[in-house]
Amino acid sequence: MKYELVAGFETHVELATNTKIFCSCTTEFGGEPNTHCCPICIGLPGTLPKLNKKVVEYAIRAGLATNCHIAEISKMDRKNYCYPDLPKAYQISQYDKPLCEHGYIQLSNGRKIRILRIHIEEDAGKLVHRRGDTLVDYNRGGVPLIEIVTEPDFRSVDEAREYVEKLQTIMRYIGVSDCKMQEGSMRCDVNISVRPEGSDVLGTRTEIKNMNSIAFIAKAMEYEYGRQVDLIESGEKVIQETLRYDDVSNTTSSMRGKEDANDYRYFRDPDLVTINVPRSLVEEIKESLPELPEAKKERYINELGLPESDALLLTKYRKIAEYYEKAIEGTKNPKTAANFIIGQIFRTVETESEKEQFNVSVSAENLNELIKLLDDGKIKMNLAKSTLEKMLETGGKATELIDESDMGGLDEATLNDLCKQAVDSNPKAVSDYLAGKEKAVKAMVGFVMKNSRGKADPALAEQTIIKMITG
Amino acid sequence: MSESKIAKLHEGLVHKDFSCTELTKKYIEATERDNDTLNAYVTITADTALQTAAEVDKKIADGCEIGLLEGIPMTLKDNISTEGIRTTCCSKILEDYVPIYNATVWDILKNNNAVLLGKTNMDEFAMGSSCETSYFGGAKNPHNINHVAGGSSGGVASAVGGNIAVYGLGSDTGGSIRQPASFCGIVGLKPTYGAVSRYGLIAYASSLDQIGPITTNVEDAAIVFDAIAQYDEKDSTSQGRKGAPAYDSLKNDIKGMKIGIAREYLDGVRDDVRKAVEEAAEVYKSLGAEVVYFDLPSLKYALPVYYIIACAEASSNLGRYDGIRYGYKAENYTDVNDMIKKTRSTGFGDEVKRRILLGTYVLSSGYYDAYYKKAQNLRGTIISSFKKAFEVCDVILAPTVPMTAFENGHAVSDPVETYLTDICTVPVNICGLPGVSVPCGFGDNGLPIGVQIIGDSFSEAKILNAAWQYENAANKFKAADFGVKL
Repeated sequence: MKYELVAGFETHVELATNTKIFCSCTTEFGGEPNTHCCPICIGLPGTLPKLNKKVVEYAIRAGLATNCHIAEISKMDRKNYCYPDLPKAYQISQYDKPLCEHGYIQLSNGRKIRILRIHIEEDAGKLVHRRGDTLVDYNRGGVPLIEIVTEPDFRSVDEAREYVEKLQTIMRYIGVSDCKMQEGSMRCDVNISVRPEGSDVLGTRTEIKNMNSIAFIAKAMEYEYGRQVDLIESGEKVIQETLRYDDVSNTTSSMRGKEDANDYRYFRDPDLVTINVPRSLVEEIKESLPELPEAKKERYINELGLPESDALLLTKYRKIAEYYEKAIEGTKNPKTAANFIIGQIFRTVETESEKEQFNVSVSAENLNELIKLLDDGKIKMNLAKSTLEKMLETGGKATELIDESDMGGLDEATLNDLCKQAVDSNPKAVSDYLAGKEKAVKAMVGFVMKNSRGKADPALAEQTIIKMITG
Repeated sequence: MSESKIAKLHEGLVHKDFSCTELTKKYIEATERDNDTLNAYVTITADTALQTAAEVDKKIADGCEIGLLEGIPMTLKDNISTEGIRTTCCSKILEDYVPIYNATVWDILKNNNAVLLGKTNMDEFAMGSSCETSYFGGAKNPHNINHVAGGSSGGVASAVGGNIAVYGLGSDTGGSIRQPASFCGIVGLKPTYGAVSRYGLIAYASSLDQIGPITTNVEDAAIVFDAIAQYDEKDSTSQGRKGAPAYDSLKNDIKGMKIGIAREYLDGVRDDVRKAVEEAAEVYKSLGAEVVYFDLPSLKYALPVYYIIACAEASSNLGRYDGIRYGYKAENYTDVNDMIKKTRSTGFGDEVKRRILLGTYVLSSGYYDAYYKKAQNLRGTIISSFKKAFEVCDVILAPTVPMTAFENGHAVSDPVETYLTDICTVPVNICGLPGVSVPCGFGDNGLPIGVQIIGDSFSEAKILNAAWQYENAANKFKAADFGVKL
């Protein structure tokens, strides 16, 4: 029997506000343990939380960017549980009135992953195990989070992977989070079950907690899918439980079963007042949203005529898209700039964060200038490419790196002269060509290009040479 | 004739009849002498008091003007955070806890050069009506030390009633300012929820807690209230005082004021207490006020609603005392969970544990709808019935407590019976309204009785005006035989 995978995601995204959700401590990652703390975020007796307005705004941005409805009235609730990294023994979160609800993210196969809700909450601190002791670092405590909960709409690991990547891209675009999974600013819990293909009844699900890499998510899901199918095939039952994924052994193991599930005793936090979200604020935030990657990609394909693969590469990071758009300003052929960026400039950015920052040695203005020289026929493609290499090396401008004499191509007499020299000094190539080896002409064109220092138009040179040989 | 103690001492300081240091020393001496009997203070801060006194004396010597509260010896309930001064909530679990920041009210008073004599006794985490759930033992009633001072702000009431503090700040979650004030024959004001910042008040039940003054007279209550009722951005629920200072209209005529009496408030009230309240109504009539009787049937829900909501919030608020970051930590344990379990089991007293258990129960899944949710709905019902009441009257007159101060040991022996005695004070907290208790005579056993004047939200000026007129006309205050004789 074939089994279908069914999965849903709960994703925690740390918001990039400067200060924490309920106090004015910095949200900066790292720092000496317990130095980004104050009486409020370590929950000293008598302290009170004060909601950071920016957190609400950021969450609304995230909601709008994922097609959510934004609540007019929202509130904060207490989620009570006891753990040493949670200094008040409750997390201030949102229970039944989340800020954003009923959105979706569309995948490339056309399927929509429905977003059930996005709510705001505070992060907990972190336990540090050292030499048999357990210490607590509350620097992260009170850092604002949004939790994005989807419906169980995933049917494959690929869909899950694409969703996480898309979510990352969107959150970065709208500037609400850096979504650095390795630093924990984006973490996923996956609810997963299997069922016989064709069935519309949901199987018993397990939840894999706290995964911090897309590769691990994919592996964990594959493993868990296999494990559940094996259980069912061998006549056993899947038990509803919470699992952790071990990336070394590539297996999942039980953290706690259903009967150990916490009763969080949610109730409204009496220390915080109702959150009123005026429609004018929602409109204001909507207006301020940048063009989102999906829309941008479509525009690149439809209006700029880029192939989908190029459009995808150029829109994945907001800085790259901005760079590209600056580089093609006032130029004639958007594809040329795309080729330059993808073919040559991309070689200088390797890591995720380099792509994210896109601080390349050739400024968008300088690339724009180079493309315009090409557009105006002042230089040929070969020269443009070699010049771009020099620009990448030196950070200089095209006009500084190309000789005045190289501009504007070759006059006809010089071209003819060079073609004649090419024919005269390559008798073998001539005879080869005449013997039917058409490629032999390339050697002579190469001679012309070399001796014109790239200025010659290779197509014109080839025509001229062929005319000379075949006379 | 009503007289302000604060104003009188202020005059003395300004006219150099005595120095602030002399005044402070007098209070410290009396405190050190009488506290053994009254057990009002759990921490005495003589050094800082004398330091502040010296500063005030210097100001006076330099010819600077001083404010009404400057140099006046006072006290704070031990759940109000004071930087560098231990703040215990009279619990073993916070026995050695020293805050690193000040509560907003203490910041305000400190800036006014208030002379802090020390921190006063209370029921553990403000849970109790007799002060006897205190880890340090209960505070005694200055009118009869065989009786309790009341609770939970028993220490403040004992100190102010026993003249070892001019005034004090308490907190009132279900009557904890008004009830001990009533028991000790003094004045206690529970302000409107949100009038005074809760920042730094160690929470019992956050939606009900409110800080307010305990004084010997209404005028002092107005002076202190006006000083502390300020908007505080650190407390999202804070709004500050609305309208003019209460002091400005304190002595206004009350002719034509409608004094409402809800019949249900008098049900089950001891005869001598009922009589005292009815006499108070007569005084109002003689002052030209109109007394109107009305029904408030939702009052019967107040007590269960209060105990469900207060315990629910407390169970969450007190979760943080786990021995990890501050406070008491159990000594022998096997792992972190065992440590937390033992710390809480041995660090909290019985009443606190009882309320945490109750609160946890009413919030747990399966019981939430039957208890907590129902209580929240009924809270709404009670709020709207009070709103309606204020359509027929300006203020409500009611007993503060259905009886006079319990004998020592009585309250803790029967917690449920003691819960029932909160019936007259909890409605005000449920609705977030202001209420003030004023002495209105003495019971058959010679212990003080208090009458409560309740107003609509942010109508402190009105209830204090009504209270002052009554106090001035009836003059039921009698100084106890303790402390500083002025």
